[in-house]
Amino acid sequence: MTAVIVGAEPQSLHAPTVIQRPEHTIEIVSDAGEGAQKCGQIFGAVSAKMGNGVWTVEIIPAEIQPPPRTADGASGNRIRIGTNAITNWGDETNLVVAFNEQVLLGRHRLGALASDAIVLLENSWATNPNPETRAAWDKALAELSAQSYRIIEVPMEQQCLTVDENPRKGKNMFVLGMLAYIYNRSVERIEEQIAYAFRKKSQEVYDKNISLLRLGMEWAAANLDFRIEVPTNPPAEALVVMNGNEALGMGALASGMEFGAMYPITHATSVSHYLAEVFSKFGGILHQAEDEIAAVGSAIGASYSGKVAFTITSGPGFALKTEFIGLAVMTETPLVIIDVQRGGPSTGLPTKVEQSDLLAAMFAEPGDAPRVVIAPSTIEECFHAVVTARQIAETFRMVVMVLSDANLSTGVQPFPRPQLKKEWFAPELDLAPVKEGQRAYEWDDQMGTSTRVIPGQPGGMFTVTGLSHDERSKVAYGAGIHQHSTTMRSRKLAVLQQTLLRPTIHGDQDGDLLVVGWGSTKGAIEEGVDRARAEGLRASSVHLTFLSPLQPGLKEMFSKFKKVMTVEINYSDQVGDPFITEENRRRGQLAMLLRAQTLCDVDCWTRVPGEPLRPGFIHKAIRDAVAAAGARS
Amino acid sequence: MTYCAILPVLDDDDREFALDDYEGAQARWCPGCGDHSILTAVEKLLVAEQLKPEQTMFVSGIGCSSRFPHYLKTYGFHGLHGRALPVATGIKLHRPDLDVFVVMGDGDCCSIGAAHWIHAIRYNMNMVALLLDNSIYGLTKKQTSPTTPQGFKTNTQPFGSFLPPLNPLTTTLGTTNVSFVAQTAEWVPAHLYATLRAAYRHPGFSFVRILQRCPMYTQGMYEEAVKNPAMMELLVHDDGVTAPELDRVYKNRVQHDPSDLDAARRLAEDMGHIRLGLFYKNEGRARYDLIRKVQKVSASDRMKLLDAELDHYAV
Repeated sequence: MTAVIVGAEPQSLHAPTVIQRPEHTIEIVSDAGEGAQKCGQIFGAVSAKMGNGVWTVEIIPAEIQPPPRTADGASGNRIRIGTNAITNWGDETNLVVAFNEQVLLGRHRLGALASDAIVLLENSWATNPNPETRAAWDKALAELSAQSYRIIEVPMEQQCLTVDENPRKGKNMFVLGMLAYIYNRSVERIEEQIAYAFRKKSQEVYDKNISLLRLGMEWAAANLDFRIEVPTNPPAEALVVMNGNEALGMGALASGMEFGAMYPITHATSVSHYLAEVFSKFGGILHQAEDEIAAVGSAIGASYSGKVAFTITSGPGFALKTEFIGLAVMTETPLVIIDVQRGGPSTGLPTKVEQSDLLAAMFAEPGDAPRVVIAPSTIEECFHAVVTARQIAETFRMVVMVLSDANLSTGVQPFPRPQLKKEWFAPELDLAPVKEGQRAYEWDDQMGTSTRVIPGQPGGMFTVTGLSHDERSKVAYGAGIHQHSTTMRSRKLAVLQQTLLRPTIHGDQDGDLLVVGWGSTKGAIEEGVDRARAEGLRASSVHLTFLSPLQPGLKEMFSKFKKVMTVEINYSDQVGDPFITEENRRRGQLAMLLRAQTLCDVDCWTRVPGEPLRPGFIHKAIRDAVAAAGARS
Repeated sequence: MTYCAILPVLDDDDREFALDDYEGAQARWCPGCGDHSILTAVEKLLVAEQLKPEQTMFVSGIGCSSRFPHYLKTYGFHGLHGRALPVATGIKLHRPDLDVFVVMGDGDCCSIGAAHWIHAIRYNMNMVALLLDNSIYGLTKKQTSPTTPQGFKTNTQPFGSFLPPLNPLTTTLGTTNVSFVAQTAEWVPAHLYATLRAAYRHPGFSFVRILQRCPMYTQGMYEEAVKNPAMMELLVHDDGVTAPELDRVYKNRVQHDPSDLDAARRLAEDMGHIRLGLFYKNEGRARYDLIRKVQKVSASDRMKLLDAELDHYAV
């Protein structure tokens, strides 16, 4: 079927057709720097405020200014809205606004668009003075016509020129206006949001943006023959809407920590951007260190000398921090490390999502260096994870890793406004003299826990050391003491594990397949499971927040299912691939852990596409796995 | 010296501290190691300045010299090779009320930790950084360090150290925002002590390179200088480091105004002489610890602020 091309002239003399949908996914793509992201963010925030479920993700090229009009330079935002809560980015896009045909082509080639997607495409390129550009346009449209997209040409530039002589600088607001018309968004809320987004700019900039917004709305009303209605369902409770990195930053504020250190790295940096603006108001210092090593080192120094501190990084930065993490473990200095995972190894996919740091988070260290690893699975959990991490770090004198990822960091989702508690805050420093005979590590022989002594406390002048040491922190190389101190540092994990709750199963408690996930994939996995269950398949899922220690009851839980399979965004060999056998197959990281800890035959379905997993793909994997489980039994 | 503290310093503290209040474990350095006399001078400083042991923090890296904190009865942090300065940075930012001393060796500071060294100079936070420079890796048994003289034979460069040594003084003096650079020698205790005192009293990052003998691996490296004070040159000035008792022994004296950075760089560049003294001092440099100082916020104010933050994101 060929694409339907609608001209720029006013077409619809009749009232537009209203398309009703329970959910819709919208993409705005442009060259980098044209503001598609801002447009998408505002649209997402307004939709959330109006009562739609929302999940937005950024579409980010690896370069700040990749060459314009290239298929892999697409930059923008993808917003999935629904009448009910939206827990993940969904499958294919239903409506795309593209600032040029090349970025559209990029998305098309990635299979990002539904076959019947509506496309609103800037058409100035068709008549560009440069014959090469015109030829590229023709070629792209020919390629796009292979799909049954409904392509609507929009004279964005021509329209914007009536307001601003530099159309590159306001096209995004014109597009926002079109979307406001199509989805019937509240203009008042959009204006509020524009005012906030451009709060550091002049009134003139604001006014121009509003003119462009209105122009977009008017153009759409005069030229489009459809509107889309995704009914809103205003929430009963108060909500907040933010991305995962803002939630992590706000979690740090809510935890009462007062020192964080970082070195710039994608995807972690925006946590720091947020904190850099607000942290000092809270009595906190965000230290941009000279490198990743210094960042963790200064966080350890701060934490050792007072309130628990944190450092924020992403994979390559985490790799650099490992020696210091061992020191924190050895000196039992509490520390929170936030790792916003991206694709690896090495510099890898800096702007894309992956869940490949799990085993590194747990084990990257020479020697035995037990630590806590938790993984938030929603934006809301990003907030609470930091509060929890601080508390565990302090209580157990341990390193707590918080594994977020690029899906959560740029995903925006509304969630119930946290009910703040003073108990979340780190307590004020107690510099009272230590008791007579106090030792640096008064290990409770059962639990391995001990009271921390901090500088300023009279009588507690110990020298902590990364060398093997006894309870008084005296360097001690004896076999007995090393065995004992290693046991004590490890025992704390077991104690923590005993306080954890069994994870809750999504779906039935038994069946053919149990999908096990961790981190940001929760929403997509549960949606995949729900679709499978709607077809009558006996599939359930469970999502693990604690990876180290693992939550209790897993082995028993797994025994109720014919097959257990992890779904993860990391690499595993696929059965049937050349040379891959049951013996040499490398499995997903959680699958490896679960196999080791439960002795259950845990399978895995993992992919590293550089994008969040789509519920549709998971659904298909579940179908296949259930069929395999059935065939086996 | 008192500092503006995040925590109230007890005014009614009438304790008096003697040498044994600062003495930690028995030092286990080799007999004849220069570290011993540095430890003695530091203890003397602690007594003279009456530093509260619980408010005093010694941070070190890894190496012979980095065992230093174990031999004191203050708070100590014996960390990673090359990484004493980041730890000290975190401590000083979070706890400006503590007196912070950093003890590093030449491999520690000038090689594996060089990045932190440069930046610590630029941060110019109020702390004393001691470079215990014996020109060799001692703990790992005689490998070439960045300050090993060219041609000196070691286990990793057995035909002689390949390159001219790095000059810690010019490196420090060449770094933006440098505020205090001195050189002294462990075998001149009066000068060592006077230098430590000046360093401690300087409000900023006080970098002191202490020339040091290693009786195991660099025997003889400073033998002539020790025997013959005429080989040494003292930088003297009213604003410099003074130790009048040295006047009779050290006859080579150069008047050097420590506010003159160009002159300091020239004097440091010339490695033909062993020069002891204060090369540079500037109390007016930007100080990161002061710039980053934060006010304490009560829990209830924090709650209000957090609530206001959430308001920005309210649906």
